[in-house]
Amino acid sequence: MKSIILTTGTRIIVSLLLVFSVYMLLRGHNEPGGGFIGGLIGASGFVLYAIANGTSEARRALRAAPEQIAAVGLGVAAISGLIPGLFGNAAYTGKWLFLGATPDSKGFPISNIIAFDIGVYLVVLGAILTLVFALEEEI
Amino acid sequence: MAEHDPNPSQGWTAAGYVPPVIAAGLFLTFLQALPTIAGGGTLRYSFSWIPSLSVDLSFFVDGLSLTFALLISGIGVMVMLFSGSYLKGHPQHGRFSLYLVSFMLAMLGLVLSDNMLGLFVFWELTTITSYLLIGFSHTSENSRRSALQALFVTGFGGLAMLAGFLIIAGIAGTMELSELRGMGDILRDNSMYGAILVLILLGAFTKSAQVPFHFWLPNAMAAPTPVSAYLHSATMVKGGVYLLARMHPTLSGTDAWLWSLTIFGAVTAVFASIMAIKQTDLKQTLAYTTLMALGTLVMFLASPNAYAITAVATFLVVHSLYKAALFLVIGCVDHATGTRDARRLGGLMRQMPVTTVAAGLAALSMAGVPPFIGFIGKELLYKGGLESPSVGPILIGATLAASALMFAAGGIVALRPFWGSADKMPDPGRPITEAPWPMLVGPVLLSVLGLLFGLVPHMLEVNVTTPLVAALLGDPAKAKHLHLWAGVNAALILSLITFAIGILLYLLHTRLRDALEAAGDRLFTFDGLWDGFLARLGRFARWQGGLIQSGILNRYLTTVFIVIALGLASAMIHTRMSTGPIAIPTPEFKHLVVFLLTFAGTALTIITNSRISAIAGLGVVGIGVALIFILFSAPDVAITQLLVEMLVVVLFSVAALRLPVLPRRTGKRERIGHGIIAVSVGSLVTLTLLGVVSEPIDRRLSDFFEIASYPDAYGRNIVNVILVDFRAFDTFGEVSVVAVAALAALALLRQRGKGGRS
Repeated sequence: MKSIILTTGTRIIVSLLLVFSVYMLLRGHNEPGGGFIGGLIGASGFVLYAIANGTSEARRALRAAPEQIAAVGLGVAAISGLIPGLFGNAAYTGKWLFLGATPDSKGFPISNIIAFDIGVYLVVLGAILTLVFALEEEI
Repeated sequence: MAEHDPNPSQGWTAAGYVPPVIAAGLFLTFLQALPTIAGGGTLRYSFSWIPSLSVDLSFFVDGLSLTFALLISGIGVMVMLFSGSYLKGHPQHGRFSLYLVSFMLAMLGLVLSDNMLGLFVFWELTTITSYLLIGFSHTSENSRRSALQALFVTGFGGLAMLAGFLIIAGIAGTMELSELRGMGDILRDNSMYGAILVLILLGAFTKSAQVPFHFWLPNAMAAPTPVSAYLHSATMVKGGVYLLARMHPTLSGTDAWLWSLTIFGAVTAVFASIMAIKQTDLKQTLAYTTLMALGTLVMFLASPNAYAITAVATFLVVHSLYKAALFLVIGCVDHATGTRDARRLGGLMRQMPVTTVAAGLAALSMAGVPPFIGFIGKELLYKGGLESPSVGPILIGATLAASALMFAAGGIVALRPFWGSADKMPDPGRPITEAPWPMLVGPVLLSVLGLLFGLVPHMLEVNVTTPLVAALLGDPAKAKHLHLWAGVNAALILSLITFAIGILLYLLHTRLRDALEAAGDRLFTFDGLWDGFLARLGRFARWQGGLIQSGILNRYLTTVFIVIALGLASAMIHTRMSTGPIAIPTPEFKHLVVFLLTFAGTALTIITNSRISAIAGLGVVGIGVALIFILFSAPDVAITQLLVEMLVVVLFSVAALRLPVLPRRTGKRERIGHGIIAVSVGSLVTLTLLGVVSEPIDRRLSDFFEIASYPDAYGRNIVNVILVDFRAFDTFGEVSVVAVAALAALALLRQRGKGGRS
């Protein structure tokens, strides 16, 4: 089922959804959002794209196989949890680095927590797309 | 039949020469400990393993463990040299060598371990390697069955033994066997002594194949011949004997010990003797003589008498030497002629002179003829029987029967194939020649040792039997001397009677065999009993699997919801839960809207005939729930709920396209049943929630997270901070489940796709 309206509209909506998903992922620590929600939104974007343009087109847009994305995400989440071990802390202890921190500003925060959240994002995105693509291709 | 035809053009590979080198290195290492042990000392090495469970890798070397270690590594050299040639060119030679070396290391660990849990671990490792070796020819159904049978029987015994060990440790407060030796009185007086004894004996009797657990051992002969020689005669099956000997100072001395060991050992020895005569396959004959020897060893371990224990020590070594030699001889014969059938083999003396000599020497030791060490062993057995008061007659009777039949078996194995008539020999299709030297070293050396120890028994006495007896009885002075000529006494007369009966049996053995053969079909077999047990177990598993796993989703869901309803209802009744006065607040307009939306979704789902509409209806219900979350300010949960709801609808719609059209409405009765379940689950959940909110809410956790979230984790969104920081490990578990579920679903879908389309 090809619909020009859907295909055209999808281009804009999908790009917005993907940007929004990353935004939700990154802001999650202080505002509603986070890796899980971000992953769901990202997945919705690709699902929409697959409905409009077909699964093979969506796979091409995704570039990597969704099951690989899920596996990489799981690896990122695991490694980010092991990093504190290098400093002698228990696994999954939050480690923070504030770049350019001054007494007035806390600077730019970097932590293994955000890496963990990115891992969650990738797992959710990859797992859902694995399922949806496989089901769609079955038809 | 030989397992394969070796290719003589191939040279020795690493799989061939590495194992004997490892074994020889170990043997020499153990030999260095001999002077210390013979001098009355012991050695102990300990490495911490799991200190919180007081499990250590500790090793204890005394007369008992060193004797076993020397036998395992020494015979290991011979067997591995033999199999290097026997399996040369076999495509899985490397695998075989790995199994064999692993077995040797596990067996050494078993006999040297001081910690009981360490012993158990090594014990199970020998079980597993034995399983792999019996099933080495894994394309043969018989091999697989035998391997599994051995694994089940000995594995079951191992677990019983573990339970016994744990009870002992609980009473004695130590896991170290060397410390248990002085605690015999504490254990024997404990009310749990009976349970300990039964459990330990289960372990020992399954491993050492005592009746009624013997049936796995003859079946284990499905393994390649070197394995039979090594595991199932000289070493592993003696693990049970080792366990009994190790426990002798701690558990022996009671009537229960005395009679259970005597009776099981004696029954095994006599039963195996008769079965040995019945066999036509030479390997089976030897398997049953092994059972006979194991029975004899168990029987004599019953007694605390010094003669009996010296007899055990001597016979242990004697048996390992001649039995390994004879198995390897059979391997040579099989290799050369392609058969092991006692009825057909004959006249091999000319073609295989060296094998003939080795077979003859080993068989003479087995028959207990002077001046072989076998004679001394047999004399000591008789002496041990004569000196043991109450069970003496049983010991002597069983030994007499076993030794006479052993004599006959020696003739069957070593005399007929080499000296008998060659009329019925099958034509192997190539000239029968002597086996290559690596296969001959073992049989020759082991059988010559049997003669050497007989001529110079002092050597064996000082280095092996006295330290071994000292390990069991606590005093080297109690050990009896080994003499070739002890004067004319009762034991000698019994020996002469044995020879007379033995010769008679040998002469009559073909007729006996036919008679047993004829009777055999009418006797029930333990093997058959085992098959029946397994078949019944399988039927039971299928029956209960069909009962629980119907494969009908409808039935699964019905079960799940009924269980939820019953669980909630019984919990409510049990706790006498009351919801208290329910204050119904005046609904605002927005609440009413959400209610109507959810209600409409539910109504659509129930009424519609189309799957897609039902799914859309469910989606509406989900959105209503999300709105409730928003109204009560839980934005994270609401967003997640919305997104999941949306994706679920998409997934369902995709799946629904594959499903057939909904059938005309299901039966009225079924719908009423489902309705009852749905309404009761719904109302029970509602009641539960009302009950929960009528209690004051415990806010300790919420308060903690609210306070700690920003200072500790630099985040203001508590939900997310809990997910990725405070409870990050839980989240990791959850995303693992998500990833695994997706992969599993993918695999399932691909599988179906393949099957359905091609």
